[in-house]
Amino acid sequence: MVTRDVLTSAVLATVQVVVVVTLTPLLVGVMREVRARAEGRAGGRVLQPWRDLRKLLGKEPLSATGTGRASRLAPIGLMVSSLVLAALLPLVATGNLNMVPDDLFVVVSVLLLGSVALALVGLDAGTAFGGMGSSRHMTIAALLEPTVLLAVYALSIPAGTSALSAIVELRVAEPATVISPVSLLALAALAIVIIAETGRLPVDNPSTHLELTMVHEAMVLESSGRDLGWLELGSWLRLSVLLGLLANLTAPWGIALSFSAAEIVLGVAALVLKVLALGTVIAVIEVFLAKVRLFRVPELLAGSFVLAFLAVTASYLVVAA
Amino acid sequence: MSLWSLAGLIRRTGRVAEAAPEAPGPAADPGFEPPAALAGSVQVRHVDAGSCNGCEIEVAAAFGPVYDAERYGARLVASPRHADAVLVTGVVTHNMAEPLRRTVEATPRPRVVLALGDCAADCGVFRGAYGVAGAAADVVDVDMTVPGCPPRPEQIVEALRGVTRR
Amino acid sequence: MTSTWIWAQVALSGVAAILAVSVPARWRSAVAGSAVALQAAAGVVTGVLVLDGGSGLVELAPGGLPLAPLGSLSLDPDALGALFLLVVSAVALVAAVFGIGYAHGAAASRTGWVAFALFVLGLQLVPQAGDVVSLLLAWEVMALGSTALVLADHRERLEVRGAGLWYAAMTHLSFLLLVSGFGVLAAHAGSVELGAIRADPPTGGLASVAWMLLVAGFLTKAGAVPFHVWLPRAHPEAPSHVSAVMSAAMVKTGVYGVLLVSWRLLPGGPQWWAITLLVIGLASALYGILQASVASDLKRLLAYSTTENVGLIVTSIALAQLFTGSGRPEIGAIAALAAALLVVSHAAFKTVLFLGAGAILHASGERDLDRLGGLGPRMPVTSASFGVGALGAAALPLSVGFVAEWVLLQALIHGEASTDRVLAVLLPAAMGVVALTAGLALLTFVKAFGIGFLARPRSQGAAAAHEVSLSMRVSLVVSAAAVLTLGLAPGSLAGLIAPALPVRAAQSTTLQGLGLPGVDATLDPAALGLVALACAAPVLVVARLLGRRAPRRAVDLGWGCGGARVSPRMQYTATSYAEPLVRVFGHALEPKRDLEVQHYEESQHLIHGIAYTHEVSDIVEDRLYARVLDGLAWVGQRARGLQNGSIHRYLAYSFTALVVVLLAASW
Repeated sequence: MVTRDVLTSAVLATVQVVVVVTLTPLLVGVMREVRARAEGRAGGRVLQPWRDLRKLLGKEPLSATGTGRASRLAPIGLMVSSLVLAALLPLVATGNLNMVPDDLFVVVSVLLLGSVALALVGLDAGTAFGGMGSSRHMTIAALLEPTVLLAVYALSIPAGTSALSAIVELRVAEPATVISPVSLLALAALAIVIIAETGRLPVDNPSTHLELTMVHEAMVLESSGRDLGWLELGSWLRLSVLLGLLANLTAPWGIALSFSAAEIVLGVAALVLKVLALGTVIAVIEVFLAKVRLFRVPELLAGSFVLAFLAVTASYLVVAA
Repeated sequence: MSLWSLAGLIRRTGRVAEAAPEAPGPAADPGFEPPAALAGSVQVRHVDAGSCNGCEIEVAAAFGPVYDAERYGARLVASPRHADAVLVTGVVTHNMAEPLRRTVEATPRPRVVLALGDCAADCGVFRGAYGVAGAAADVVDVDMTVPGCPPRPEQIVEALRGVTRR
Repeated sequence: MTSTWIWAQVALSGVAAILAVSVPARWRSAVAGSAVALQAAAGVVTGVLVLDGGSGLVELAPGGLPLAPLGSLSLDPDALGALFLLVVSAVALVAAVFGIGYAHGAAASRTGWVAFALFVLGLQLVPQAGDVVSLLLAWEVMALGSTALVLADHRERLEVRGAGLWYAAMTHLSFLLLVSGFGVLAAHAGSVELGAIRADPPTGGLASVAWMLLVAGFLTKAGAVPFHVWLPRAHPEAPSHVSAVMSAAMVKTGVYGVLLVSWRLLPGGPQWWAITLLVIGLASALYGILQASVASDLKRLLAYSTTENVGLIVTSIALAQLFTGSGRPEIGAIAALAAALLVVSHAAFKTVLFLGAGAILHASGERDLDRLGGLGPRMPVTSASFGVGALGAAALPLSVGFVAEWVLLQALIHGEASTDRVLAVLLPAAMGVVALTAGLALLTFVKAFGIGFLARPRSQGAAAAHEVSLSMRVSLVVSAAAVLTLGLAPGSLAGLIAPALPVRAAQSTTLQGLGLPGVDATLDPAALGLVALACAAPVLVVARLLGRRAPRRAVDLGWGCGGARVSPRMQYTATSYAEPLVRVFGHALEPKRDLEVQHYEESQHLIHGIAYTHEVSDIVEDRLYARVLDGLAWVGQRARGLQNGSIHRYLAYSFTALVVVLLAASW
């Protein structure tokens, strides 16, 4: 794995954070646009998430009696966890922060910190819907955990480490690793994880107006103005960094392996293309899906667990045999 | 519906949205200047304060694929906390007066209150009925009124465009 | 030097007991609590000295006991013992300070404080014991002291008696298993000295018998499944500073025992030992956290979470043995490090959590999460400390729990299993269980913190809660600071505990992070914290600037869809929070739901009230223990038939016994 000095690390991390923050509302806009087109609607909403965000951040937040510090701090907490992910993951370049290796377990736990922040927002609202969303969100997160860590396990076996940069670099060097059955199983499991973790169909419907079916929306039902702005941006960032990660694990080409202007520009362009393409694919698939009942979600997650389990055992038994 | 037939339906249907009319000049209500902060994006919380459901059908149509109010930056939301505009339809009945007041109070500022349809504007045909507390303006501060019984979807879209200025 | 400090523990314990008896009630808690704190501090010093390479031999009864040939009761702590001595003493130190402000009723009586001093002494002597007899004696002192404390509130609450009975029974089961197990070893070695036993361990079937007896005995104390039944009873009913010591320190003596057996006395056993341990560990972890996640009694929740953590520790021990046995000692060393870190981290965060639960109980009179809420603004210090503890229990960064779990996960993924088909299936399964455990722990502690401290109070008691006294706040803050400090500088921690491990498995990075040699894995929580700060800075600046333009506005109440004012009873409770899980894991939890609808007399269609009760049972208790107890009762009934009062029959019994003894003697 490449090691970098502190200044290079800082530059790379800043580039990634800036690119991801700029890209994210665009990604959400593109995904909404794809869906709108499929519904026969007119276009013109690619930049809409930007406008929504600008307006939300400029509006006053309301604090109801009985809500405490958690509702104020947790939105910032979610934002910070998403930004740390954006700085840490190999999106534009590998090995961004040499002091903090992008260890997958660390990545997962930073992601979970964000989930916890969201869940606390829901609970602090003190309304029935907030608690309901929080409870469902944490249940799904808990049931996802085995799949997440087994997928990490499966990905780490060929590289001999759980550091993401090393895994991605191995995939660039040996493209055969990407299409090995083990890797495909692990990527499929990881894709289901990302869909569930970011509240996309069929686990959660991001555009629902029905409180009883909400998961993510129910948690933020009580947040307003700036608080809501941070929560929305934070959640969108999770989507885009995770899609970026999935894209770089599936098609690692274009990622900057060394520190030069040309490589970084190429890395940024590749990231934007890959993430938007992946977002489009997910949006198209979502057109054909309906939200499943909450108590059918564990079946979906169990399915993804089996994929991840097979990936790990196969990498031991098939390779050894 | 199978996957392929849905895909086929999407392909055959194509675009159903009508072409966007010219952007409106000043807001429909000349006395009202929409807050600058809401330019480009308005989240709408719809409150049925005692409507006959006529206006609701038109609101649904305004946000449907044909008129597609979303392309101008307006979107219906599930909580007044997320909203910038409160869209009131119908006369305000006694039972809905307090909830309407609370809904407006629960909306962060800057906010806009739109009274949609003749009933919300001046009680319309229900004027003087025993269950009626008054028009929307009798209960909350109304910024803008859209007349009609019911108002046409074009009018609703135009009113919303007056706020988003797109 | 070291032996002076060992004597100091014993002497200070005596001083504490004398003070507890002689000082008037008004000052008793302050004086006796401080004395116990000093006694614990002496233990901390001893532990650090021994880990630093010191050694000291103390003979409590030089020349042997007067009546029984049981050796000289020697105390001779080695590095492994010193680690546990350090952990239990540190926990006892904080808990004793907390007890100064907290102890009330029977826990603040003479008996209460004498029992506490003895309990702590027993805890300290177990890991220092140099021979079997002193270990078992210390074990009994510990059991005696803690049983007296569990029973402290037996006059006020009936449940305490049941809890005390269960605890006493399970503790004695543990003691009996240990006596038999050590008996086998001592008989084989011909000595009760642990050193002599190590020098001449049994082999084959005899070793397996001793291993099973000892591990079962120690796991009973550690609270692993299926021996966990006493935890969710005894921990909630004991006074909270005692629960903290029992949960954070006492169960660790069980873990110490398992390590003593598998690293020191009977090292390198067959693979099935490790696999048995692994299965027990994983079952404990999953079952414990599953029960914790659906519990609504805060202290019961914490008790089950102890079972979970012991499960993770046992899992790590088993993995260390498995990897070392399959020729990967360097990965085994990482698993061993994970076990040691889990011991330390669980001690740290469980102390905060139990003391926090005690503070809540003290302030609000409630320990049922369904009746708590809104404590954040009312008890800011307690809520911040409990939050840090919850972070540790949920294994999130930057707590020490996260570091420990990270090392365990690293050991799992590097356990190269291509050569061993058993491992190839076991390891992914273990990973799945550990991960599910981690996920459920997250939910459990979001629930505990979020329901307990956020939103609005759900009862009068919670609404009237206030911040607790100075001594309680100090111990909360100190233990919470330990969770964070150890989490930020795991390198120093790993350096301190390294002598206790069979192989050194970690090196420090520049910022006191953790590097695992032999595998490509480093973790630097301090650097991660710096990155988080760097990311937080712009967000905070933007939030601040925007806050000036559009300041926050207070509104009346939460959004209730425009209807009547939202009442606190509309909030989600701990029970409702866990309801989806109860459904998903319905088969393992066997919830009992009961819906009772009361009608008005006039009509079946007019409803007067609806009562809904919901209870999750412990299936191990219902299935296993209920049957064993039924069986015992049946045997007891039958045995009554032997005694019918006929003198002839009793003479026949004596005669038969004599014949059997003669036959046995002449064999």
